[in-house]
Parts: sequence; C-alpha cells; structure tokens
Amino acid sequence: MDLVSSILTITIRAGTSLVIATIGEIMTERAGILNLGLEGIMMMGALSAFAAAFHTGSLAFALLAAAAVGAALAAVHAFLTVTMRANQVVSGLSITLFGSGLASFLGQRLGPAANNRRLVGLSGPRFGQVKIPFLGDLPVLRSVFDQDLVTYAVLLLIPLAWFYLYRTRAGLWLRSVGEDPQAADAMGIDVARTKYAYTIGGGLLVGLGGAHLSLAYTPGWAENITGGRGWIVIALVIFSMWNPARAIWGALLFGGINAVQFRLQAAGTDIPASFLNMLPYLATIAVLVLMTWWETLSKRVGAPASLGVAYMREEK
Amino acid sequence: MSDPQAGAGTRLVEMRGIRKSFPGVQASDDVCLSLDSGEVLALLGENGAGKSTLMNILAGLYHPDAGQILVRGRAARISSPRDAAALGIGMVHQNFMLVDSMSVAENVVLGMKGLPFVPDLRKVKAGIRELSERYNLRVDPEAYVWQLSVGEQQRVEILKLLYRRAEILILDEPTAVLTPQESAELNAVVRRMRSEGKAAIFITHKMEEVMTFSDRVMVLRRGKLVAERRTADTDPRELARLMVGREVLFCVDKRPFSPGDCVLELEGVRAEDERGLPALDGLDLRLRSGEILGIAGVAGNGQRELAEVITGLRPATAGRIRLKGRDVTNGSPLSLIRSGVGHVPQDRSSVGAVGDLSVAANLAMKGYRSRPVSVGPVLRPSRILELAKRLIAAFGIATPSPQTRVKFLSGGNVQKTILAREIGACTSLLVAVYPSRGLDVGATEAVRKELVAQRDAGRAVLLVSEDLEELAQVADTIAVLFEGRVMGTFPACEADPETLGLLMSGAKKEA
Repeated sequence: MDLVSSILTITIRAGTSLVIATIGEIMTERAGILNLGLEGIMMMGALSAFAAAFHTGSLAFALLAAAAVGAALAAVHAFLTVTMRANQVVSGLSITLFGSGLASFLGQRLGPAANNRRLVGLSGPRFGQVKIPFLGDLPVLRSVFDQDLVTYAVLLLIPLAWFYLYRTRAGLWLRSVGEDPQAADAMGIDVARTKYAYTIGGGLLVGLGGAHLSLAYTPGWAENITGGRGWIVIALVIFSMWNPARAIWGALLFGGINAVQFRLQAAGTDIPASFLNMLPYLATIAVLVLMTWWETLSKRVGAPASLGVAYMREEK
Repeated sequence: MSDPQAGAGTRLVEMRGIRKSFPGVQASDDVCLSLDSGEVLALLGENGAGKSTLMNILAGLYHPDAGQILVRGRAARISSPRDAAALGIGMVHQNFMLVDSMSVAENVVLGMKGLPFVPDLRKVKAGIRELSERYNLRVDPEAYVWQLSVGEQQRVEILKLLYRRAEILILDEPTAVLTPQESAELNAVVRRMRSEGKAAIFITHKMEEVMTFSDRVMVLRRGKLVAERRTADTDPRELARLMVGREVLFCVDKRPFSPGDCVLELEGVRAEDERGLPALDGLDLRLRSGEILGIAGVAGNGQRELAEVITGLRPATAGRIRLKGRDVTNGSPLSLIRSGVGHVPQDRSSVGAVGDLSVAANLAMKGYRSRPVSVGPVLRPSRILELAKRLIAAFGIATPSPQTRVKFLSGGNVQKTILAREIGACTSLLVAVYPSRGLDVGATEAVRKELVAQRDAGRAVLLVSEDLEELAQVADTIAVLFEGRVMGTFPACEADPETLGLLMSGAKKEA
C-alpha cells in the first residue's frame, strides 16, 4: 500500500510539468501551429524560474519569469511561422537548439560570485507540499491531495482547458482556425491574430511546465534538466488526440514510468540505470506507433486538419 | 429589416469602377454593378471572366486596386468578410467555407459577431430549425459537416447567411454541385428571400439558369462588363453570343482534312474525380490519324479527367480505351508513353515541367530511358545538351541557355518546352489540355501551328480548349463535353458559337 501510494505521489509530481506543457502545445497546435521548440522553451522556463527564485526569493516572481520567457520564445516562433511563413519544423527546431544552448550558457553566468557564477548545485525557494485537510489523510488518495500548489493548479487547468476549447466562443474560433483557416477567414475570424495568441499562450504554459521542474520536481538547476520532456510532450499531444481532457492520461502514464524507474533504482535492481532512463522514450516511440496505426484505422481522429500549413489569403 | 415594398427596389449595392489585377491577369477592369432590394441578379461569363473576383471583392476577401463600393447609398470600406457581414453581405463560395469536423450549429455561428462567450448551442439549434422550416432548407443542426452531402452542405452555407440576417446574398455557381431537383429547391429558396426584400447575386455560366433564376443579367468577359439585360428581354441565344463574344467563327488555312485509321477509341468510359464523384459518365469518342478533335466545354466538366484517363494517370472505373485497336484501358503512364502518346497537361507548372530543373533536363525527361540520352543507367550530358539545343532552335524557345531553370521562363516558353518534349516522344497521339491558356498572342499562334503540324504529319491530336475561336481555327472535329458526357460532335466548320454555347451549358441539341 505504501509502495503504491509513493509511486502515485511521484507519478503525479512527475506528470505535472508534462500536463501543463501538453495543454500549452494542444492550444498551439489547435491553431494550426506545430511548435517543436518545446524542449528549448521548457529548458529556458526552468532556468529563468530558478534564477528568479534564487535571486528574488519570490516563487510568484519565478513563475512570472518562466511564463514571460516561454511566451517570448514562442512569440519568435509565431513571428517566423505566421508573419514570415517560415517552415514550422525548422523554426521549432531552431528554437529548441537556441533555448537549450542559451539555458546552459546562462546557467554558468547567472549564479552568485560565491558559486563561480554558476547556478548548478544551489538551492533556492521551492514549492513545498501542501496537504489538503482530511482528503490528504486518506489512504492512497493522500498521494493526490498532498502535492505542491502548481500541481493543484494544473489539476484545475485540465477541465478549464477542455471547457474553453469545446464550450466557449473563443474555443470554437480557435478550433476553426486549426481545421480550416480559409473558412475561418471567410467567416470573419482573424486567422493570424489567433495563431499568434495561441502560440504565445501555449509557450507561456510550456515555460511554466519548465518552472515546475526547477521549483518543485527536481528543485534547483542542472544541465539538461528537462531530459527530453519537451519531446515527450509532442508525443503526448498526439496521444491525447488534441483533447486537453485526455492529456492527464498520457502525462500520468509517462510520469508513472518515471516513478517506477525511480523506485527500481532506489531499490537497487540489477537493471542498469541507463536502461531504465531509456524507458520513457521507448514508451514514446511505442505510443506514436500505436496512435498512428489507430489513426489510420479509424481515419478521423483529432489532428487539426491544417496543422503545420502556413495560411495566406490572396493566393491565385 | 425587410423591405415592405418588396420588389420595388431600393438601391442596396453599387460598385463603381472596380479594378483588380493579379500577376499577369486583369481580373476586373473598370466594372460597375448595381443591385436593388427584391432583385436577383445573374453574373454571366466564361471561366476567368472575373465573376468570382468581383464578388470576392464585395464579400471582403479581395481588396480592389481601384473603385468604390456603396452599400445602401453610403460609401463602404469592405476590408474583411467581417465588414461585409456587418453590412448584411454574405457569400456562398464555390468551395464551401465549412469546417468539416464541426457540427452544423457550430458552423452556423462561426465567427458571428455578438455571440456570447459561452454560446448556448441549444438556442442556436432551435433557431436553425426555425429557419430550416421557413425556407424549406432541410438539414440536421446536430450533424457534422463531413457527414453531409454536397447539397446539404450548401443548405448549411445558406442557413449560415440567413442566421446572420444577411440581406445581400452572393451565390458562386450554386447549382454546379446540385442535382436538378436540388437546383429547383434552391430556386424556390431564392424566390422566397426575394419576396422578403432581400437581394441575391448569383454567378453562373449557364444560360438556362440565368433565365430561370434571375430578374436581370450582367455579362462579363475578360474582366469587363460587356452587356446588361433584363432577363425578360433576352434569350439564351443572345446570352451565349454575348458571353463568348464572337458571332463569326471561320476555318483557317491548313491541309485538307483527310483522316486515316482510327487511333483512339473510347467506349463508355467512366472515371471519378478526387472526391470520388463521377467525372466521366459513360463517354464515347473516336479520333483518327491526321485529325484534330477539339473538346469544347466549360472547365470542370471532365476535361482534365478525360486527358488523365487516356494518358494512364487516372483509373477508368468502367469502359474501354483502345489505341490503334489495342486495349490500353488503365495502362501505366510508362506503357502509354512507349506506345507514343504525348501529353501536354492542364497544369503546366506542376505536372508538365519541373521548375527547378534546367530546360535541357526537362526536354530530356521522356527520353532518358534510352539512347542517345543515356547508356544503361548513365546519362550523357553532352547528348542531352545537343538534343536541347536542337529542340530550343526548332521550337523557338526563348531561354538564356539550355541550363536555365524552367521556372525562370515565361508561361509561353514553358509551354513550348513541354510541347517540344511531348512532340518528340509522340508517334501516334498527342493529348493537349488548354495548351494556349494564359499565353500571349505570339506564343498562342506558335502552339496552334505546332498542333496543326502534328496533324498534317499524320498524328491524332486531342485538343481540350475553352476557347471556341481556337477550336474553330485548329480543330477538324469538335465534341462538346458536359458533365462527363459528349453532348454532340460536329465538323468544325459547321459549328456556330450559339449551338456550342448551348450544348456547353447542358441544353439539349435542337433537332
């Protein structure tokens, strides 16, 4: 019982950053923009959150910094792909490479003089667990109700994002832009503005996902702190079929694999650590294969029909 | 706000001196148009006459280069579909502006001004049902667009406009996708709207429709307004003449027509278009050596599919195709090339030529499997260059050098390049689809001369064209294609534009 609940605790904690980023990327892709810059944006989010927290001591300010940096990087992507109509894959990959490089560079510059200007190995403010009275004392369930504040916020974000996408006017506009920008345009929806808004908004959430890593999951700054989570999120978006309500399952699955691997390592198995570390990525490949196969079988699944395609009105 | 004096006609729209050009085309050339309430106006013209462009300007999708638009007497700036909607102008586009993965109700309110942040779709659906009943536009508001037939999708488009209280409806070739029964229903809907003081403009190239739908008709040709008539004062014959723009067609100098053996024979050929709809509907054709068979018809009546079925690019779902007596139905493109079939495709830039390759490479593209262009798997650049120089001189292709990439050539020279290659590979049959479309006079002349030269050399030529003058000049025989069927076949010298125009619009041949 204790083992289950401790695995569940780690699962949820590990899943939090994945869920935020997945929802962010779902919103972006619903507008028809594929943002492969997630890994770099998440990394920059983690770095700026930790640096801000360390220097100001304020967690709120740290979240703000991560959100702003995430939004700024995504704005670059939006400018390149919407205004300049650049190839979305190339632009996204550049942002990943740029973000990762910049984060690791700043990690060696933004620290205090005492630590040789490095951020590695420092500890700063972090989100602690906040137990919810009563619910947090129940067996098993306590692992859900004994989490940090960001995780609670994310648990609320899932139904909110779903409601926004499927039940509000703005959500309808958003979906139409990703599905058929020409129709949306003809119906008076500002396609470019929508794409900008959701690319930037999505990047903001991805940045926050990074912040959760350096402020709560593995507090502190370390090189390659995201460990490829940005890429996993790309797969999770497909796994959830662009529906925020399903984002939780994918994130929990991957968080779970993380947690089990964590436990196994702690228990000291014979399986080499690098093999265990590989598992989440292996699972990503498996999920992609399965989802693609399923998509071919059932023909109509969630991918926004105009995902990845630049839109231009007066083509003749 | 419905006009109590329906039909009395207060001026709703006035377009003055509208100009719009696209690279290489003057799509609207100083066009004036007016529309009164309670009126149905038909815009008649051939493809490329500028009908859709003009209406896209009124609907806010295109911006005119010059001109003025007045709506209800006041100057209007319509810079987006949203502005148009605010003025009560709505358009049903030829390719529907519907989001397939959304429900009818969601599509109806899409982009609508004043929709609450959390829309009450139940209310929307009730509103749609009410409108459905009032106008007899049957459609289930819960259904998803991808589940609907084309006719139903059009009803959704119209409901969308009615739901937004549009007063001015623009319908772009609305009957093109409808069955005759559905067309009649649409006519009833339009009449109903007219009786409520709304106005409609509908774009068409079918004379019959002008007669049944409209009160007034404006004829466009090459971007210009050429005539305006009250429908009651005109007839299909006059309209056909106005639309095509010529009274007289004449036969030009070429060797006397002496056809040889039958080269190409199509029997009951059927084929589908991309959407799986029938494009060729039991088509019969015979083409002899030394003959140019001109295929007349309004674009989209199966011309492209016909050419593709013959050249092996599109499967025939039924029927037989024989080349010199041999069954080649659904043969591969390679086997047809080897049988000496040349193809000048409709889409010269993406199907006919590879823009990023040199003129020389494009010219060698059909000969690369054999000598002298290649030896086994190895290409021989010097021979390719030699071949290219010869063809460039022979066909008068204006290119800086054989190494110039094709995408830098003008349309006429791209077409000459394709023609040079295809004629080189062609020993029995040449299929040419709109070969002179978009070319200037000189290039057009060169292309036509080349087609006649092929005929004089004893080959069979299938020429698809929408230019009746071209057909009269070049072709020996003219077959009119309508909705995937041949409506009639005549010797070119006997064909007059009115009969052709009527057949092209689907009217029965008068005995």
